Amino acid sequence: MKGWMGKVRALFLLSILSLILSGCGVENLSAFLPKGYGAEVSLDIIFISLAVMIFVFIIVMVIYTIVLVKYRQKKGQEDFVPKQTEGNHILEIVWTVIPIILLIVIAVPTIAATYDLADETDKGDSLNINVTGNQYWWHFNYSEEEIQTSQDMYIPVGQKVYLNMMSSDVLHSFWVPAISGKMDTNPENENTMYIEAYEEGVYWGKCAELCGPSHSLMDFKIVVVSQEEFDQWVSDMQNLDAEATPETASAQEGQALFEQSCLQCHAIGSNPVAIGPNLTNFGDRSKLAGVEDLTHDMLVEWILDPESIKPGNKMTGNYDVPSKDEAEKIADYLLQLKPSEITPESASE
Amino acid sequence: MSSHEDVLNPKVMPEEPEKATLEGKNKFLGFWFFLGGETVLFASLFGTYLALKGSTMDDNTSQNLFELPLVFIMTMLLLTSSLTSVYAMYHMKNNDFGKMQLWLGITVVLGLAFLGCELYEFYHYIHHYEFTFRSSAFGSAFYTLVGFHGGHVLFGLLWIVTLMVRNAKRGLNLYNAPKFYIASLYWHFIDVVWVFIFTVVYLMGVI
Amino acid sequence: MSNTIAQKKGFGATLWDYLTTVDHKKIAIMYLIGGGFFFILGGLEALAIRWQLIVPENDFVSAGFYNEILTMHGTTMIFLAAMPLIFALMNAVLPLQIGARDVAFPFLNSLGFWLFLFGGILLNCSWFLGGAPDAGWTAYAPLSTTSPGHGVDFYILGLQISGAGTLMGGINFLVTVINMRAPGMTYMRMPLFTWASFVTSALILFAFPALTVGLFLLMFDRLFGSVFFDANYGGNSVIWEHLFWIFGHPEVYILILPAFGVFSDVFSTFAKKRLFGYTAMVFATVLIGFLGFMVWAHHMFTVGLGPAANSIFAVATMAIAVPTGIKIFNWLFTLWGGSIRINSAMLWALGFIPSFTIGGMTGVMLAAAAADYQFHDTYFVVAHFHYVIVGGVVFGIFSGLHYWWPKMFGKILDEKLGKITFWTFFVGFHLTFFIQHFLGLMGMPRRYWVYLEDQGLDLGNSISTVGAFFMGVGALVFLYNVIYTSVKGEKVGGDPWDGRTLEWSIPSPPPHYNFAQAPLVRGLDPLWIEKTEGRKGMTPAEPLDDIHMPNNTILPFVMSVGLFIAGFGFIYQAEYTGGFIAMFVGMGITLGAMFTRSVKDDLGHHIHKEDLDKGAGM
Repeated sequence: MKGWMGKVRALFLLSILSLILSGCGVENLSAFLPKGYGAEVSLDIIFISLAVMIFVFIIVMVIYTIVLVKYRQKKGQEDFVPKQTEGNHILEIVWTVIPIILLIVIAVPTIAATYDLADETDKGDSLNINVTGNQYWWHFNYSEEEIQTSQDMYIPVGQKVYLNMMSSDVLHSFWVPAISGKMDTNPENENTMYIEAYEEGVYWGKCAELCGPSHSLMDFKIVVVSQEEFDQWVSDMQNLDAEATPETASAQEGQALFEQSCLQCHAIGSNPVAIGPNLTNFGDRSKLAGVEDLTHDMLVEWILDPESIKPGNKMTGNYDVPSKDEAEKIADYLLQLKPSEITPESASE
Repeated sequence: MSSHEDVLNPKVMPEEPEKATLEGKNKFLGFWFFLGGETVLFASLFGTYLALKGSTMDDNTSQNLFELPLVFIMTMLLLTSSLTSVYAMYHMKNNDFGKMQLWLGITVVLGLAFLGCELYEFYHYIHHYEFTFRSSAFGSAFYTLVGFHGGHVLFGLLWIVTLMVRNAKRGLNLYNAPKFYIASLYWHFIDVVWVFIFTVVYLMGVI
Repeated sequence: MSNTIAQKKGFGATLWDYLTTVDHKKIAIMYLIGGGFFFILGGLEALAIRWQLIVPENDFVSAGFYNEILTMHGTTMIFLAAMPLIFALMNAVLPLQIGARDVAFPFLNSLGFWLFLFGGILLNCSWFLGGAPDAGWTAYAPLSTTSPGHGVDFYILGLQISGAGTLMGGINFLVTVINMRAPGMTYMRMPLFTWASFVTSALILFAFPALTVGLFLLMFDRLFGSVFFDANYGGNSVIWEHLFWIFGHPEVYILILPAFGVFSDVFSTFAKKRLFGYTAMVFATVLIGFLGFMVWAHHMFTVGLGPAANSIFAVATMAIAVPTGIKIFNWLFTLWGGSIRINSAMLWALGFIPSFTIGGMTGVMLAAAAADYQFHDTYFVVAHFHYVIVGGVVFGIFSGLHYWWPKMFGKILDEKLGKITFWTFFVGFHLTFFIQHFLGLMGMPRRYWVYLEDQGLDLGNSISTVGAFFMGVGALVFLYNVIYTSVKGEKVGGDPWDGRTLEWSIPSPPPHYNFAQAPLVRGLDPLWIEKTEGRKGMTPAEPLDDIHMPNNTILPFVMSVGLFIAGFGFIYQAEYTGGFIAMFVGMGITLGAMFTRSVKDDLGHHIHKEDLDKGAGM
């Protein structure tokens, strides 16, 4: 027994140590490092409830330890018969009433926070973005500004932004842990939540409702920029020329190929067609397909075989796969689509 | 403990033959619990129906479809059949097997008439309105709720007929009395569910 | 008597005996074997999940296959492992604890088992027929209605069939407890395990029909073209979530309450003390069962039900912590002042207290809706429900098996191997799941096939995987223990633990009529009362007489085979005429068997008092 206990203790110490080493997770992703209003409110409730619960846990463990140390059967006392207590009313009332009080301590701030996070009073005066979850990408429609974009959502720092969320297919859940808790996107009704980011930067977003094979690859970003930069980005996006001729010959050929075969699903500009992601500012994207580095080679690979990157995606099998040469040209065209100076890169500096 | 002979050919039939043996008591109680589960089943179906009853995709709304006269006749048929099954149980307690069979027979006929009306109703909706199981979420919910009830009616009829035929020659005893009794309980339950369907689906549907 | 006969029988006769048996003790053994088999299967699926997640962006399994594994792990563990193992304990012990010769509906009891088994087999056939279900054990629409292939169809029909079996089991135990108690066994003298099983049976009765309806709607949508969950036709996928959780939340109490009952009995026996606050324990059990139906929407805080609904369900959920806390403290004070013997059964029970308390703590944290917006569908939730289901239910099953093994098989499981099992499993369990709390908040949603390299999730996942293999080793040692004990273990008498309740007053294993004479119960812990007054066993409440027992029958097996065939039929009816035929043939077999059952008299048989084992039941 002694030997076993020693090993158990060593293992526990090891796991706690490793926990400290790994810290609280990565900045701009972890819910432990909140950089937005919703995340902060949630973390407060988490800490309040955790504190109360640790208090309860300590009491349980103290009694538990006393019991195990004091009341083990001793050698030679196998025939000892303990007193057969039926119960104790005072004790039973104590451990009924105190937990109720402790739960009220948690419940009151919880209800306040729940209502606070559902508040929609200034929705009309705020920036509204319509969010659509799709297998396996996100679409953002700035309805008033008439801007369409996918995968990277741009918002101004320190402002309440209202997200009106729906799904085009199955259930998804919109989650940017560092900024706010999550909200599901349903196919039949619109859900609304607001987010407010405290610091400029690029934040990881994830899908948090099982939606198919590439559920774990349905990442997106929120790009938080200053109000001036945001205004700049909006005007850049509004004033771009979707049919502008690219500079290099290869990209020009790519544009022709793109307009011939890709435009049915992928829009460029403010066209609301969104069967596939909108590619207006593709060259500015933080990632390719949400998870891969945005490089020429990777993009060619995607165009030739998207299944190898996102299993189960809706592009596979629904387009005529171009030749390698054609894919290179399309990639050249897409990568030079950089309508704005305001990019994830500029935001994270 | 009673021997088999006492169960199959009791010298005296007790007041409540359906609860005279332990097996009978168990059946009686177990069946009540089963009906409790059935209640949750129908409650879930009603909930689904209420959530989807506005989800019509065309003119086939409940207001345009439902015709109360037919449904009223169906309600009367089923309510009367519940009453006749009460008569049957009354005669069972008086140990009058012949009259019990007669009233059960009438119950079955009324139940068949009800099913006939329901089939006509469905046929009418499908052929005259092209209102089907697949045309809208309302259609799916309507046919599922009412169809589940219809399925229960059909099963109840088969059950009662089986019991009547099986025991036609030997009469009542302590072994089959609980069987007759719970079959009639089932029949009452179906009737109660129909009252809710009549109210929630049809009456609230035409308003 | 039955045992000595069984040993002389050939293999064929023994097999036939088990196929046709209506004896609750044999059904318990079959549940144990069936549930144990699926537990191993689900465990292998768990190891595959953890192996895939040992390093970032691993490719041990493909994305689609990973979803199949995680779906089958959850479905198997809940429906085909935990539930049947709980039913194994209930069947083995409950009738003995109330002094009954049998359950109320032996036929239904057998039918329930065969439906579970054939439902489970049907579900697992999907592996070999184009892929398992891949929409998660919760099968949220529209992912489940649009999932290609037949995987989800197998999920629907497999669960529908085994669910029907569970419902029958529930009704059976409800009536057994109400109608079959021995003289003097009042409700407030029933052992806590019996009470917990009673409440669990009521939960089954009222929870499973919601699942039945949900599965029907899903089946109609997938196989017969209805549009319940299709938004394009006005359908609404949130209905599925409601129906599923109206079933699904009580389901976790269905699992945990019998485990609570096991611990109550084990603590009381091995502390040599009457259960502290018995009345409060009973009411806490009933209250947990009742509240269990009021809290389902806490699984849906992020669905968008609005702040009012979220707040109500948050507070209702927190309320459950009160009766659960009462239980924890009552257990601790049962031990307080006792004379505690620590053996394998007790180790599992003692390991349960800290583990489950952590699970309960995180449960209250999850109930706080505003905090749940962060927790929901992350590894925090995964950690929480494994703390309650493994730390509560699985520990309870292990504890119960060690405790009642001598009653079921006449031999005590090897203590040394039992302790090795406990420590490896216990350490592995905390290693696997404790760190997952942090992984969740660090940004890892659940059901993720891969996590990316630069997100700080590597170390935690590796530790978790190592822990899972410890648990695997623990389970293997237990399996070895079962074989070792059945070969080498020594026979023990009827009361090896100095027990307090009725099951310890009869031989191990019990004769097939359990009690030759119904015992007279004079209080809580009836055997203990007799012992303190110097008697060796129970006083009989009736003279020795002929015993009425039910007849064996093959019909439950036939009915289940029929539904199994019909299940395939339903799945393939749209594509193949063969499927269409199978549907009718299968339903025909089942209905035919039901018809036979209805028209053929089955009055059971009597064991004459001269044939009873001398002294059995005394």
